[in-house]
Amino acid sequence: MISRRRLIGGLAAMPLLGGCDRLGENAEFRGLLYAAEDAHRLLQRTITDRNALAREYRERDMSPVFRTNGTRMPGTADYQRHLATGFADWRLIVDGLVERPLALPLAALRALPYRTQITRHDCVEGWSAIGKWHGPPLAALLGRARLRPEARYIVFHCADMYGSRPYYESIDLVDAFHPQTILAWAMNNRPLDVGHGAPVRLRVERQLGYKHAKYVMRVEAVASLDRVYGGGGGLWEDIAGYEWYAGI
Amino acid sequence: MSNPPVYRHKLATRIWHWVNAVAILVLLMSGAMIFNAHPRLYWGEYGANLDRPWLSVGTTEKTGYLQIGTGRIDTTGVLGRWTGPNGVEQTRAFPYWATIPSNYNLALARRWHLAFSLIFAFGLLAFLIASLANRHVQKDLRLRRRDLSPAVLKHDVIEHLKLRFHDPADPAAFNVLQKLSYVAVIFILIPLLILTGLTMSPGMNAAWPWLLDIFGGRQSARSIHFIAAALILAFIVVHLLLVLLAGPVDGVRGMITGRVRAAGRAAP
Repeated sequence: MISRRRLIGGLAAMPLLGGCDRLGENAEFRGLLYAAEDAHRLLQRTITDRNALAREYRERDMSPVFRTNGTRMPGTADYQRHLATGFADWRLIVDGLVERPLALPLAALRALPYRTQITRHDCVEGWSAIGKWHGPPLAALLGRARLRPEARYIVFHCADMYGSRPYYESIDLVDAFHPQTILAWAMNNRPLDVGHGAPVRLRVERQLGYKHAKYVMRVEAVASLDRVYGGGGGLWEDIAGYEWYAGI
Repeated sequence: MSNPPVYRHKLATRIWHWVNAVAILVLLMSGAMIFNAHPRLYWGEYGANLDRPWLSVGTTEKTGYLQIGTGRIDTTGVLGRWTGPNGVEQTRAFPYWATIPSNYNLALARRWHLAFSLIFAFGLLAFLIASLANRHVQKDLRLRRRDLSPAVLKHDVIEHLKLRFHDPADPAAFNVLQKLSYVAVIFILIPLLILTGLTMSPGMNAAWPWLLDIFGGRQSARSIHFIAAALILAFIVVHLLLVLLAGPVDGVRGMITGRVRAAGRAAP
Protein backbone atom coordinates (compact mmCIF):
# COMPACT_ATOMS: atom_id res chain seq x y z
CA MET A 1 0.00 0.00 0.00
CA ILE A 2 1.20 3.47 -0.84
CA SER A 3 0.14 6.16 1.60
CA ARG A 4 -1.65 9.18 0.22
CA ARG A 5 1.15 11.47 1.41
CA ARG A 6 3.76 9.43 -0.43
CA LEU A 7 1.63 9.28 -3.54
CA ILE A 8 1.05 13.04 -3.65
CA GLY A 9 4.66 13.82 -2.82
CA GLY A 10 5.84 11.32 -5.38
CA LEU A 11 3.57 12.57 -8.16
CA ALA A 12 4.45 16.20 -7.52
CA ALA A 13 8.15 15.56 -7.51
CA MET A 14 8.35 12.86 -10.17
CA PRO A 15 9.00 14.75 -13.43
CA LEU A 16 11.20 17.29 -11.68
CA LEU A 17 13.15 14.74 -9.68
CA GLY A 18 13.85 12.31 -12.46
CA GLY A 19 14.63 15.23 -14.72
CA CYS A 20 17.15 16.85 -12.41
CA ASP A 21 18.82 13.55 -11.57
CA ARG A 22 19.15 12.78 -15.28
CA LEU A 23 20.42 16.29 -16.05
CA GLY A 24 23.00 15.94 -13.28
CA GLU A 25 24.29 12.77 -14.93
CA ASN A 26 24.47 14.34 -18.40
CA ALA A 27 28.10 15.20 -19.19
CA GLU A 28 27.31 18.40 -21.11
CA PHE A 29 24.90 19.75 -18.52
CA ARG A 30 27.34 18.85 -15.78
CA GLY A 31 29.97 20.87 -17.66
CA LEU A 32 27.65 23.89 -17.48
CA LEU A 33 27.12 23.43 -13.75
CA TYR A 34 30.87 22.98 -13.20
CA ALA A 35 31.60 26.20 -15.15
CA ALA A 36 30.04 28.11 -12.26
CA GLU A 37 33.14 27.31 -10.17
CA ASP A 38 35.33 29.29 -12.59
CA ALA A 39 32.73 32.07 -12.75
CA HIS A 40 32.72 32.40 -8.95
CA ARG A 41 36.53 32.33 -8.78
CA LEU A 42 36.90 34.95 -11.53
CA LEU A 43 34.21 37.15 -9.99
CA GLN A 44 35.81 36.95 -6.54
CA ARG A 45 39.28 37.58 -7.86
CA THR A 46 38.14 40.44 -10.15
CA ILE A 47 35.76 42.32 -7.89
CA THR A 48 37.56 41.88 -4.58
CA ASP A 49 41.11 42.29 -3.29
CA ARG A 50 42.88 39.00 -4.02
CA ASN A 51 45.27 39.62 -1.13
CA ALA A 52 42.52 40.28 1.43
CA LEU A 53 43.14 38.65 4.80
CA ALA A 54 40.72 36.21 6.39
CA ARG A 55 39.28 37.48 9.66
CA GLU A 56 41.37 36.71 12.74
CA TYR A 57 39.58 36.18 16.02
CA ARG A 58 40.36 36.67 19.72
CA GLU A 59 41.18 33.87 22.16
CA ARG A 60 37.72 34.11 23.70
CA ASP A 61 36.06 33.55 20.31
CA MET A 62 37.61 30.08 19.93
CA SER A 63 35.52 26.89 19.76
CA PRO A 64 35.54 25.02 23.08
CA VAL A 65 36.22 21.82 21.13
CA PHE A 66 37.64 21.80 17.61
CA ARG A 67 36.29 18.57 16.16
CA THR A 68 38.41 16.34 13.94
CA ASN A 69 37.27 15.25 10.50
CA GLY A 70 38.40 13.04 7.62
CA THR A 71 41.36 10.81 8.49
CA ARG A 72 42.01 10.74 12.22
CA MET A 73 44.90 8.26 12.13
CA PRO A 74 46.81 7.50 8.92
CA GLY A 75 47.23 3.75 8.71
CA THR A 76 50.39 3.45 6.60
CA ALA A 77 53.43 1.69 8.08
CA ASP A 78 55.56 4.68 7.13
CA TYR A 79 53.41 7.10 9.10
CA GLN A 80 53.16 4.74 12.06
CA ARG A 81 56.94 4.48 12.17
CA HIS A 82 57.29 8.29 12.15
CA LEU A 83 54.66 8.57 14.88
CA ALA A 84 56.47 5.99 17.05
CA THR A 85 59.76 7.90 16.77
CA GLY A 86 58.18 11.32 17.36
CA PHE A 87 58.86 12.32 13.73
CA ALA A 88 62.60 12.38 14.62
CA ASP A 89 63.76 11.35 11.14
CA TRP A 90 60.76 12.79 9.28
CA ARG A 91 61.58 15.34 6.56
CA LEU A 92 59.29 17.77 4.77
CA ILE A 93 60.22 17.54 1.11
CA VAL A 94 59.90 20.68 -1.04
CA ASP A 95 60.58 19.83 -4.69
CA GLY A 96 59.25 19.90 -8.23
CA LEU A 97 59.75 23.14 -10.17
CA VAL A 98 62.20 24.70 -7.69
CA GLU A 99 65.88 25.64 -8.05
CA ARG A 100 66.88 24.19 -4.70
CA PRO A 101 64.82 21.25 -3.35
CA LEU A 102 64.55 21.08 0.44
CA ALA A 103 64.30 18.26 2.98
CA LEU A 104 63.45 19.93 6.29
CA PRO A 105 63.41 18.12 9.64
CA LEU A 106 60.55 19.04 11.95
CA ALA A 107 62.93 20.91 14.28
CA ALA A 108 64.15 23.06 11.37
CA LEU A 109 60.58 23.80 10.34
CA ARG A 110 59.74 24.83 13.92
CA ALA A 111 62.84 27.04 14.04
CA LEU A 112 61.63 29.14 11.11
CA PRO A 113 59.91 32.47 11.79
CA TYR A 114 56.27 31.56 12.28
CA ARG A 115 52.88 33.22 12.20
CA THR A 116 50.18 32.75 14.84
CA GLN A 117 46.59 33.14 13.68
CA ILE A 118 43.19 32.46 15.20
CA THR A 119 40.94 31.68 12.26
CA ARG A 120 37.66 30.01 11.41
CA HIS A 121 37.67 26.62 9.70
CA ASP A 122 34.62 26.05 7.49
CA CYS A 123 33.83 22.50 6.48
CA VAL A 124 32.10 21.97 3.13
CA GLU A 125 29.38 20.17 5.11
CA GLY A 126 28.38 23.40 6.81
CA TRP A 127 29.95 23.46 10.28
CA SER A 128 32.60 25.92 11.47
CA ALA A 129 35.20 25.82 14.24
CA ILE A 130 37.63 28.50 15.41
CA GLY A 131 41.16 27.51 16.37
CA LYS A 132 44.64 28.93 16.78
CA TRP A 133 47.38 27.90 14.39
CA HIS A 134 51.15 28.37 14.42
CA GLY A 135 53.51 27.78 11.51
CA PRO A 136 55.82 29.32 8.92
CA PRO A 137 54.24 30.97 5.88
CA LEU A 138 54.38 28.71 2.84
CA ALA A 139 55.83 31.72 0.96
CA ALA A 140 58.98 31.56 3.14
CA LEU A 141 59.58 27.90 2.19
CA LEU A 142 58.93 28.55 -1.48
CA GLY A 143 61.32 31.51 -1.28
CA ARG A 144 64.06 29.33 0.18
CA ALA A 145 63.51 26.66 -2.43
CA ARG A 146 63.38 29.35 -5.16
CA LEU A 147 60.33 28.66 -7.26
CA ARG A 148 61.01 28.38 -10.99
CA PRO A 149 59.06 30.79 -13.25
CA GLU A 150 57.05 28.02 -14.92
CA ALA A 151 55.55 26.87 -11.59
CA ARG A 152 51.81 27.60 -11.42
CA TYR A 153 50.45 25.38 -8.65
CA ILE A 154 51.64 23.97 -5.34
CA VAL A 155 50.66 20.36 -4.64
CA PHE A 156 50.54 18.90 -1.10
CA HIS A 157 51.16 15.16 -0.88
CA CYS A 158 49.81 13.64 2.32
CA ALA A 159 50.38 10.52 4.41
CA ASP A 160 46.74 9.45 4.67
CA MET A 161 45.16 7.02 2.22
CA TYR A 162 41.56 6.63 1.04
CA GLY A 163 41.59 3.04 -0.10
CA SER A 164 44.45 2.93 -2.58
CA ARG A 165 44.44 6.71 -3.18
CA PRO A 166 46.65 9.07 -1.22
CA TYR A 167 45.13 12.32 0.02
CA TYR A 168 46.44 15.35 -1.80
CA GLU A 169 45.47 18.93 -2.41
CA SER A 170 46.67 21.87 -4.48
CA ILE A 171 46.42 25.65 -4.59
CA ASP A 172 47.48 28.31 -7.06
CA LEU A 173 50.19 30.91 -6.43
CA VAL A 174 47.71 33.59 -5.32
CA ASP A 175 46.89 31.46 -2.29
CA ALA A 176 50.37 29.94 -1.96
CA PHE A 177 51.94 33.37 -1.40
CA HIS A 178 49.08 34.71 0.73
CA PRO A 179 50.49 35.74 4.15
CA GLN A 180 47.98 33.59 6.07
CA THR A 181 48.82 30.42 4.10
CA ILE A 182 51.00 28.55 6.58
CA LEU A 183 52.23 25.05 7.27
CA ALA A 184 50.95 24.68 10.81
CA TRP A 185 52.93 22.54 13.27
CA ALA A 186 50.98 23.63 16.35
CA MET A 187 47.33 24.19 17.18
CA ASN A 188 45.85 25.94 20.23
CA ASN A 189 49.36 26.37 21.76
CA ARG A 190 50.24 22.65 21.55
CA PRO A 191 52.10 20.59 18.99
CA LEU A 192 49.65 19.47 16.30
CA ASP A 193 47.98 16.20 17.35
CA VAL A 194 47.39 13.25 15.03
CA GLY A 195 43.66 13.93 14.65
CA HIS A 196 44.35 17.42 13.34
CA GLY A 197 47.18 16.43 10.97
CA ALA A 198 50.51 15.89 12.80
CA PRO A 199 53.25 16.72 12.18
CA VAL A 200 52.27 19.47 9.71
CA ARG A 201 49.08 20.60 7.99
CA LEU A 202 48.25 23.28 5.48
CA ARG A 203 46.15 26.30 6.47
CA VAL A 204 44.72 28.10 3.45
CA GLU A 205 42.34 30.39 5.26
CA ARG A 206 40.15 31.64 2.41
CA GLN A 207 39.02 28.19 1.30
CA LEU A 208 36.90 25.35 2.71
CA GLY A 209 38.19 22.67 5.06
CA TYR A 210 39.09 19.94 2.58
CA LYS A 211 41.75 22.23 1.05
CA HIS A 212 43.59 22.31 4.42
CA ALA A 213 45.58 19.14 3.77
CA LYS A 214 46.64 17.24 6.90
CA TYR A 215 49.74 15.01 7.30
CA VAL A 216 51.68 16.95 4.62
CA MET A 217 54.77 14.98 3.61
CA ARG A 218 55.79 16.69 0.42
CA VAL A 219 55.24 20.08 -1.20
CA GLU A 220 55.63 19.98 -4.98
CA ALA A 221 55.64 22.89 -7.41
CA VAL A 222 54.08 22.04 -10.78
CA ALA A 223 53.17 23.81 -14.02
CA SER A 224 49.89 21.94 -14.48
CA LEU A 225 47.60 19.74 -12.39
CA ASP A 226 46.59 17.58 -15.35
CA ARG A 227 49.03 14.77 -14.64
CA VAL A 228 48.91 14.88 -10.85
CA TYR A 229 46.88 11.84 -9.68
CA GLY A 230 43.35 12.16 -11.14
CA GLY A 231 43.97 15.64 -12.58
CA GLY A 232 41.34 17.37 -10.46
CA GLY A 233 43.84 19.01 -8.13
CA GLY A 234 42.76 17.11 -5.02
CA LEU A 235 41.48 13.77 -3.80
CA TRP A 236 37.90 14.97 -3.17
CA GLU A 237 37.94 16.86 -6.47
CA ASP A 238 38.99 13.61 -8.24
CA ILE A 239 36.68 11.12 -6.59
CA ALA A 240 33.57 13.14 -5.68
CA GLY A 241 33.51 16.24 -7.90
CA TYR A 242 34.06 18.89 -5.22
CA GLU A 243 35.23 22.29 -6.42
CA TRP A 244 38.98 22.78 -6.77
CA TYR A 245 38.46 26.46 -5.95
CA ALA A 246 36.84 26.17 -2.54
CA GLY A 247 36.65 29.87 -1.70
CA ILE A 248 32.90 29.60 -2.39
CA MET B 1 -16.17 37.17 -20.56
CA SER B 2 -16.43 40.03 -23.01
CA ASN B 3 -14.09 42.20 -20.97
CA PRO B 4 -11.19 43.55 -23.04
CA PRO B 5 -7.80 42.24 -21.93
CA VAL B 6 -5.63 44.55 -19.83
CA TYR B 7 -1.87 44.68 -20.04
CA ARG B 8 -0.48 43.90 -16.59
CA HIS B 9 2.98 42.29 -16.81
CA LYS B 10 5.86 43.89 -18.67
CA LEU B 11 8.28 41.75 -20.68
CA ALA B 12 11.15 42.06 -18.16
CA THR B 13 8.79 40.98 -15.37
CA ARG B 14 7.61 37.95 -17.33
CA ILE B 15 11.10 36.78 -18.28
CA TRP B 16 12.43 37.22 -14.75
CA HIS B 17 9.39 35.55 -13.22
CA TRP B 18 9.97 32.27 -15.07
CA VAL B 19 13.77 32.28 -14.91
CA ASN B 20 13.60 33.05 -11.21
CA ALA B 21 10.91 30.43 -10.59
CA VAL B 22 13.20 27.72 -11.98
CA ALA B 23 16.23 29.12 -10.11
CA ILE B 24 14.41 29.25 -6.77
CA LEU B 25 13.07 25.73 -7.13
CA VAL B 26 16.55 24.37 -7.91
CA LEU B 27 18.09 26.43 -5.09
CA LEU B 28 15.53 25.26 -2.53
CA MET B 29 15.96 21.59 -3.45
CA SER B 30 19.75 21.59 -3.83
CA GLY B 31 19.91 23.67 -0.64
CA ALA B 32 17.90 20.96 1.14
CA MET B 33 20.50 18.39 0.05
CA ILE B 34 23.33 20.64 1.28
CA PHE B 35 21.51 21.00 4.62
CA ASN B 36 21.38 17.19 4.82
CA ALA B 37 25.19 17.15 5.11
CA HIS B 38 24.96 18.91 8.49
CA PRO B 39 21.31 19.25 9.57
CA ARG B 40 22.03 21.57 12.49
CA LEU B 41 21.84 25.37 12.72
CA TYR B 42 23.72 27.62 15.14
CA TRP B 43 24.02 31.29 16.09
CA GLY B 44 27.37 33.07 16.07
CA GLU B 45 30.62 32.53 14.19
CA TYR B 46 31.26 28.86 14.90
CA GLY B 47 29.13 25.77 15.39
CA ALA B 48 29.85 22.08 14.94
CA ASN B 49 28.75 18.71 16.28
CA LEU B 50 29.87 19.37 19.86
CA ASP B 51 28.25 22.82 20.02
CA ARG B 52 24.58 23.38 20.77
CA PRO B 53 22.34 24.03 17.74
CA TRP B 54 19.12 26.06 17.94
CA LEU B 55 17.57 23.86 15.26
CA SER B 56 18.39 20.32 14.27
CA VAL B 57 16.89 17.40 12.43
CA GLY B 58 17.78 14.02 13.89
CA THR B 59 16.83 10.43 14.37
CA THR B 60 16.11 8.14 17.26
CA GLU B 61 15.99 4.38 16.94
CA LYS B 62 12.54 4.41 15.36
CA THR B 63 11.61 8.00 14.61
CA GLY B 64 12.76 11.17 12.92
CA TYR B 65 12.43 14.54 14.62
CA LEU B 66 12.80 18.28 14.24
CA GLN B 67 14.16 19.97 17.33
CA ILE B 68 13.91 23.72 17.87
CA GLY B 69 15.44 24.88 21.15
CA THR B 70 14.33 22.26 23.64
CA GLY B 71 11.08 21.44 21.83
CA ARG B 72 10.96 18.31 19.74
CA ILE B 73 8.43 17.48 17.00
CA ASP B 74 8.06 13.95 15.66
CA THR B 75 8.53 14.17 11.89
CA THR B 76 8.85 10.46 11.08
CA GLY B 77 8.12 9.88 7.40
CA VAL B 78 9.04 13.42 6.33
CA LEU B 79 12.16 14.63 8.15
CA GLY B 80 14.95 12.63 9.74
CA ARG B 81 13.52 9.20 8.94
CA TRP B 82 11.60 8.37 5.79
CA THR B 83 11.14 5.68 3.19
CA GLY B 84 12.98 5.96 -0.11
CA PRO B 85 11.52 5.20 -3.55
CA ASN B 86 12.82 1.62 -3.35
CA GLY B 87 11.07 1.05 -0.01
CA VAL B 88 14.28 1.28 2.01
CA GLU B 89 14.14 3.37 5.17
CA GLN B 90 16.61 6.27 5.24
CA THR B 91 17.81 8.44 8.10
CA ARG B 92 18.62 11.75 6.51
CA ALA B 93 17.03 15.14 7.19
CA PHE B 94 15.14 16.05 3.99
CA PRO B 95 13.56 13.19 2.00
CA TYR B 96 14.61 12.27 -1.53
CA TRP B 97 11.64 13.98 -3.22
CA ALA B 98 12.66 17.34 -1.74
CA THR B 99 16.32 17.33 -2.78
CA ILE B 100 18.49 17.76 -5.90
CA PRO B 101 19.98 15.29 -6.54
CA SER B 102 17.52 12.86 -4.96
CA ASN B 103 20.32 10.75 -3.44
CA TYR B 104 22.95 11.98 -0.98
CA ASN B 105 25.55 13.85 -3.03
CA LEU B 106 26.91 17.01 -1.41
CA ALA B 107 29.38 17.78 -4.21
CA LEU B 108 26.73 17.67 -6.96
CA ALA B 109 24.18 19.57 -4.86
CA ARG B 110 26.78 22.32 -4.38
CA ARG B 111 27.40 22.42 -8.14
CA TRP B 112 23.67 22.92 -8.76
CA HIS B 113 23.35 25.45 -5.96
CA LEU B 114 26.39 27.56 -6.88
CA ALA B 115 25.47 27.59 -10.60
CA PHE B 116 21.86 28.66 -10.02
CA SER B 117 22.92 31.17 -7.37
CA LEU B 118 24.52 33.16 -10.21
CA ILE B 119 21.26 33.10 -12.20
CA PHE B 120 19.37 34.08 -9.03
CA ALA B 121 21.65 37.01 -8.13
CA PHE B 122 22.33 38.43 -11.57
CA GLY B 123 18.70 37.78 -12.56
CA LEU B 124 17.54 39.99 -9.70
CA LEU B 125 20.06 42.66 -10.70
CA ALA B 126 18.91 42.64 -14.35
CA PHE B 127 15.23 42.67 -13.32
CA LEU B 128 15.75 45.64 -11.00
CA ILE B 129 17.63 47.65 -13.62
CA ALA B 130 14.98 46.87 -16.26
CA SER B 131 12.15 47.61 -13.83
CA LEU B 132 13.57 50.97 -12.89
CA ALA B 133 13.98 51.77 -16.59
CA ASN B 134 10.45 50.66 -17.56
CA ARG B 135 9.07 52.25 -14.37
CA HIS B 136 7.56 49.00 -13.02
CA VAL B 137 9.11 49.73 -9.62
CA GLN B 138 7.96 53.34 -9.51
CA LYS B 139 4.46 52.70 -10.91
CA ASP B 140 3.41 49.28 -9.67
CA LEU B 141 5.52 48.38 -6.65
CA ARG B 142 6.00 51.69 -4.85
CA LEU B 143 4.12 51.69 -1.58
CA ARG B 144 2.33 54.90 -0.83
CA ARG B 145 1.51 56.06 2.67
CA ARG B 146 -2.22 55.58 2.11
CA ASP B 147 -1.57 51.94 1.05
CA LEU B 148 -0.43 51.21 4.57
CA SER B 149 -3.28 52.84 6.45
CA PRO B 150 -5.17 50.32 8.63
CA ALA B 151 -8.43 51.03 6.82
CA VAL B 152 -6.95 50.22 3.40
CA LEU B 153 -5.22 47.09 4.69
CA LYS B 154 -8.41 45.90 6.41
CA HIS B 155 -10.41 46.54 3.25
CA ASP B 156 -7.88 44.57 1.19
CA VAL B 157 -7.92 41.60 3.58
CA ILE B 158 -11.73 41.50 3.36
CA GLU B 159 -11.59 41.74 -0.43
CA HIS B 160 -9.12 38.80 -0.46
CA LEU B 161 -11.47 36.74 1.71
CA LYS B 162 -14.20 37.44 -0.83
CA LEU B 163 -11.75 36.35 -3.54
CA ARG B 164 -11.84 39.79 -5.13
CA PHE B 165 -8.24 40.55 -5.89
CA HIS B 166 -8.36 43.62 -8.08
CA ASP B 167 -9.84 47.06 -8.06
CA PRO B 168 -12.48 47.04 -10.85
CA ALA B 169 -11.68 50.71 -11.50
CA ASP B 170 -8.00 49.94 -12.13
CA PRO B 171 -7.77 46.25 -12.98
CA ALA B 172 -4.13 46.33 -14.08
CA ALA B 173 -2.88 47.53 -10.68
CA PHE B 174 -1.61 45.30 -7.88
CA ASN B 175 -3.64 45.22 -4.69
CA VAL B 176 -2.02 46.36 -1.45
CA LEU B 177 -1.29 42.94 0.06
CA GLN B 178 0.13 41.85 -3.27
CA LYS B 179 2.38 44.91 -3.41
CA LEU B 180 3.53 44.35 0.17
CA SER B 181 4.42 40.71 -0.43
CA TYR B 182 6.21 41.42 -3.72
CA VAL B 183 8.18 44.28 -2.16
CA ALA B 184 9.11 42.02 0.76
CA VAL B 185 10.30 39.23 -1.56
CA ILE B 186 12.11 41.42 -4.12
CA PHE B 187 13.69 43.97 -1.82
CA ILE B 188 14.16 42.01 1.43
CA LEU B 189 14.01 38.21 1.15
CA ILE B 190 15.93 37.65 -2.09
CA PRO B 191 18.71 40.16 -1.25
CA LEU B 192 18.92 38.57 2.21
CA LEU B 193 19.34 35.12 0.65
CA ILE B 194 22.07 36.41 -1.67
CA LEU B 195 23.98 38.23 1.07
CA THR B 196 23.75 35.42 3.63
CA GLY B 197 24.84 33.03 0.88
CA LEU B 198 27.91 35.17 0.22
CA THR B 199 28.60 35.26 3.97
CA MET B 200 29.05 31.48 3.93
CA SER B 201 31.86 31.78 1.37
CA PRO B 202 35.28 31.88 3.06
CA GLY B 203 36.68 33.81 0.10
CA MET B 204 33.99 36.50 0.37
CA ASN B 205 34.43 36.62 4.15
CA ALA B 206 38.04 37.71 3.65
CA ALA B 207 37.12 40.16 0.88
CA TRP B 208 34.06 41.68 2.56
CA PRO B 209 34.37 41.07 6.32
CA TRP B 210 31.46 43.48 6.96
CA LEU B 211 29.21 40.63 5.79
CA LEU B 212 30.13 38.77 8.99
CA ASP B 213 29.40 41.89 11.05
CA ILE B 214 25.94 42.56 9.65
CA PHE B 215 24.75 38.98 10.14
CA GLY B 216 26.58 38.26 13.40
CA GLY B 217 28.92 35.54 12.13
CA ARG B 218 29.03 32.78 9.55
CA GLN B 219 26.81 30.31 11.38
CA SER B 220 24.24 33.05 12.04
CA ALA B 221 24.30 33.83 8.31
CA ARG B 222 23.70 30.13 7.59
CA SER B 223 20.72 30.15 9.98
CA ILE B 224 19.27 33.33 8.44
CA HIS B 225 19.79 31.84 4.96
CA PHE B 226 17.71 28.83 6.02
CA ILE B 227 14.95 30.96 7.61
CA ALA B 228 14.75 33.21 4.54
CA ALA B 229 14.54 30.11 2.32
CA ALA B 230 11.65 28.82 4.44
CA LEU B 231 9.89 32.19 4.08
CA ILE B 232 10.36 32.10 0.29
CA LEU B 233 8.83 28.62 0.30
CA ALA B 234 5.87 29.95 2.32
CA PHE B 235 5.48 32.81 -0.18
CA ILE B 236 5.46 30.33 -3.09
CA VAL B 237 2.77 28.21 -1.42
CA VAL B 238 0.51 31.24 -0.83
CA HIS B 239 1.27 32.62 -4.29
CA LEU B 240 0.29 29.35 -6.00
CA LEU B 241 -2.82 29.05 -3.84
CA LEU B 242 -3.94 32.54 -4.86
CA VAL B 243 -3.21 31.81 -8.52
CA LEU B 244 -5.51 28.80 -8.23
CA LEU B 245 -8.24 30.84 -6.50
CA ALA B 246 -8.00 33.77 -8.91
CA GLY B 247 -8.10 31.64 -12.05
CA PRO B 248 -4.99 29.68 -12.96
CA VAL B 249 -5.46 29.73 -16.74
CA ASP B 250 -5.80 33.49 -16.90
CA GLY B 251 -2.94 33.91 -14.40
CA VAL B 252 -0.47 31.75 -16.28
CA ARG B 253 -1.50 33.26 -19.61
CA GLY B 254 -1.00 36.71 -18.10
CA MET B 255 2.49 35.85 -16.97
CA ILE B 256 3.31 34.54 -20.47
CA THR B 257 1.61 37.09 -22.76
CA GLY B 258 1.38 39.98 -20.31
CA ARG B 259 -2.39 40.32 -20.84
CA VAL B 260 -5.15 39.30 -18.43
CA ARG B 261 -8.91 39.54 -18.67
CA ALA B 262 -10.17 42.56 -16.82
CA ALA B 263 -12.74 40.69 -14.75
CA GLY B 264 -12.59 41.29 -11.00
CA ARG B 265 -10.56 38.16 -10.53
CA ALA B 266 -7.14 38.08 -12.10
CA ALA B 267 -3.66 36.85 -11.51
CA PRO B 268 -2.45 37.58 -7.97
